Amino acid sequence: MDSRWTYLDYNATAPVRPEVVARVAEAMTIGGNPSSVHRFGRLACAFVDRARDAVGGLVGAEAEQVLFTSGATEANTLGLRSLARHAAPGGRACAASRILISAIEHDSVLGAAHTLDLPVETVPVTAGGVLDLGALDKMLGAGGTPVVALMLANNETGVLQPVAEVATRVHAVGGTLHCDAVQAAGRVPLDLDALGADTLVVSSHKLGGPMGAGALIVRNLTLVSPMLVGGGQERGLRAGTENVAGLAGFGLAAELALSDVANSNKIKALRDDLENRLHVIAPAAQVFGADAERIPNTTCLALAGLDNETQVIALDLAGVAVSAGAACSSGKVAAPRVLRAMGAPEALAKAAIRVSLGWASTAADIDRFCAAWSEFVARHAARAVAPNPYSRAAGAQ
Amino acid sequence: MAYGEKLIDHYENPRNIGSLDKNATDVGTGLVGAPACGDVMKLQIKVNAAGVIEDAKFKTFGCGSAIASSSLVTEWVKGKTVDEAETIKNTQIAQHLALPPVKIHCSVLAEDAIKAAIADYRRKTGKAAPAAAAASEPAKVAAE
Amino acid sequence: MATKATEPTKSAVTRNIPLPIYLDYQATTPTDPRVFGAMLPYFTTKFGNPHSRSHSFGWESEEAVETARGQVAALIGASDKEIIFTSGATESNNLAIKGVGRFYKDRRNEIVTVVTEHKCVLDACRHLEQEEGFKVTYLAVQKNGLIDLNHLREAVTDKTALVSVMAVNNEIGVIQPLKEIAAIAHEKGAFFHTDAAQAAGKIPLDVEAMGIDLMSISGHKIYGPKGIGALYVRRKPRVRLHALIHGGGQERGMRSGTVPTPLVVGLGKACEIAKNEMGTDNERIRALSDRLYNGITKQLKDIVLNGDRDHRFPGNLNLSFSYVEGESLMMGIRDIAVSSGSACTSASLEPSYVLRALGVEEEMAHTSIRFGIGRMTTEAEIDYAIETVVKHVKKLREMSPLWEMVQEGIDLKSIQWSEH
Repeated sequence: MDSRWTYLDYNATAPVRPEVVARVAEAMTIGGNPSSVHRFGRLACAFVDRARDAVGGLVGAEAEQVLFTSGATEANTLGLRSLARHAAPGGRACAASRILISAIEHDSVLGAAHTLDLPVETVPVTAGGVLDLGALDKMLGAGGTPVVALMLANNETGVLQPVAEVATRVHAVGGTLHCDAVQAAGRVPLDLDALGADTLVVSSHKLGGPMGAGALIVRNLTLVSPMLVGGGQERGLRAGTENVAGLAGFGLAAELALSDVANSNKIKALRDDLENRLHVIAPAAQVFGADAERIPNTTCLALAGLDNETQVIALDLAGVAVSAGAACSSGKVAAPRVLRAMGAPEALAKAAIRVSLGWASTAADIDRFCAAWSEFVARHAARAVAPNPYSRAAGAQ
Repeated sequence: MAYGEKLIDHYENPRNIGSLDKNATDVGTGLVGAPACGDVMKLQIKVNAAGVIEDAKFKTFGCGSAIASSSLVTEWVKGKTVDEAETIKNTQIAQHLALPPVKIHCSVLAEDAIKAAIADYRRKTGKAAPAAAAASEPAKVAAE
Repeated sequence: MATKATEPTKSAVTRNIPLPIYLDYQATTPTDPRVFGAMLPYFTTKFGNPHSRSHSFGWESEEAVETARGQVAALIGASDKEIIFTSGATESNNLAIKGVGRFYKDRRNEIVTVVTEHKCVLDACRHLEQEEGFKVTYLAVQKNGLIDLNHLREAVTDKTALVSVMAVNNEIGVIQPLKEIAAIAHEKGAFFHTDAAQAAGKIPLDVEAMGIDLMSISGHKIYGPKGIGALYVRRKPRVRLHALIHGGGQERGMRSGTVPTPLVVGLGKACEIAKNEMGTDNERIRALSDRLYNGITKQLKDIVLNGDRDHRFPGNLNLSFSYVEGESLMMGIRDIAVSSGSACTSASLEPSYVLRALGVEEEMAHTSIRFGIGRMTTEAEIDYAIETVVKHVKKLREMSPLWEMVQEGIDLKSIQWSEH
């Protein structure tokens, strides 16, 4: 990575790991279509098989349960629509009657949910950013066969969600659970069985793998209702020539990320240091979801009165890349939906920036961020140190 | 798909390619399969007075597994009596060549070919089949 | 060249040709080193998410994506805003057919396509037919693989939403008359989609001049990366469609998901190279294709070229070697990577549905091999292929009971085969 820059936007995308670049290059050089029976095809196929093992390994699933896609957005769409059509676990064809999604789901889950011709209801989260289990119980009690979507870790706040508890409750009423684990994979240990979700989504480029690859991990393949047809790849459940080099890189990134999980204390130490220091720089600064269990790499912070767009531009000029909201829709930075769902007033939500660390982050990056942010705060001191009327609503302290 | 060593050996160095005089009374000819299915095997046996298969020849239109299967049976039947040759089973062929599941039908065809050749020989010489083997149309027996 | 063909197989070693030889350019093409070179920085230093609005990494990626969009558009005479990036031609085809079909379904619920289309076009159509109440017409083709325009004219009605006909066939390489097809579709107010996975960068395509409304493009068929493709969607008059993948609203809402910068850069570069080098590439490919065809047919009789002789992309040579079963030939020439059908179906034992649609008899369909020639193919490789193929066909014919019967003057049709 370019050392003139401090990149702290891993939740948007991670720099590709050098070993992964080498693997991608190797796979590209070999070429071949995995469906071809000749040697080039078999070599290509071997790359894909190896990647399937690795991705399965990352989430404690069997290789056979891994369906490769073009990325997490496709996987979220494929997962949700499959469960909507065959809601009953065990593969009995029984269409769902309602969709319940948490208030903090990624846009791709939200987008997919609204195209399935079923009523979509939103399950609220607490001020701490965790799914409100009481509210969920009430909603499940209202009857019908639900498909529930709950992400494992939120992309904005990093707050971990009670997926296993929710799985038990959802299954008890005959529903199914879709879990977007994009931000959790490679950051906390994952086990498909322990989570209990029916479908799980992982993305390559958040792990330090290449963009353009993702996976839907499916507990029971008979549930899958294919979206891209014609060609028979992925056991007929996702057609299209495999992105061999991308998947090869995805697989290696999954292997490396799995070993990173074991060393996650290193990232957590950096992140904790960051949070301690920013409270020193600006005691009124708030960290969203600080009291909840979080993935170890994410800090979503706000200081009332500081506009997030101004912050990220100033930080960018200082050579520090962070984010002011999810990197998705074109152009406009939407009002941060997730923070609003946590009850943060719009003004505070609009002050929030997200700092997310990853495999290449160092103490020097934290130093640099703190220096740049501190300077920014100093420049805007008058407003920044003013009493914060929203401290309760942010739910952080 | 990857092929086994024995299969490749029989494909690359097929044994007993050729033809015998199909009009000779001591020669039995079996022609099984169909071009439209992608497999045709012609297998011939030459039987001596003692009922022992002295020579065997084949020609096959078909995939490598079909060629190897027919090559292998010509090797196996030589020196056997007609009755012994008739007991060769497709599973033995498939196992010996380590045929992948999608190629099992090649071994079935080879078994059919030998049975058809024996039936032809018997028809010509008027020697009846031993009790149970009513193998007048062996190709149909194996037909699915 | 005939002299070389009599040399023993060992000559590959003395000629220093790396084996195996790749002659399967329709299944996938090797990535052009220049393409990978262009992609590399976007893996290493310029790795930003193109949708990140808050820092230079994102802006840099976004700029690269837009440059690539322009390169793709330039190849087919489109404007940048008409290019949607997808995960590949399969997705593009699914999006075009299902997307347009669903959008216009209330007024127009018919689709016209051709029996020789790629599986993903046929399967997408079949899905609309069986699950969503569309009427789909599957046009037959003539013996040369081309559609009969009169049949098309009869099939397109006021209820037709979309006519989908591929530009270059993946199995036999024939080029359909795109401009004429577009005109017939437009007469009835239908849109024209073409699967150009095998055509883009190989034959000149101009969406304006040809009247194409939607076009599917694949990265890995034009020396670009796998996992990326594009769909051209006309803006004037505007073609509208329902998205398949929803969420972040990328690609003007038609295709959500993080746009994979390195792959897109690779596709753009591949299109740029194809545009600049199409002329010289095709001249070489034609010469190599002729060399292969002549080299084989000079030494072997009863060889049939499948598909129209003139209206074809020369990089695709689909030959039937009468009386020699294709798979056994492939095994014999396994130093040469070829296909006995499309890559998707060649693992199965069914003869190609495309050849069957041409009226090729099943037994002949079983004897066909597709040779794919491309940018990296050399003369030495072609010569090696000629001698290897000739040698093995001769050997297999010696082994073939059908060849023997035909030489003896027996009509194969007179024999009662034990079908199974």
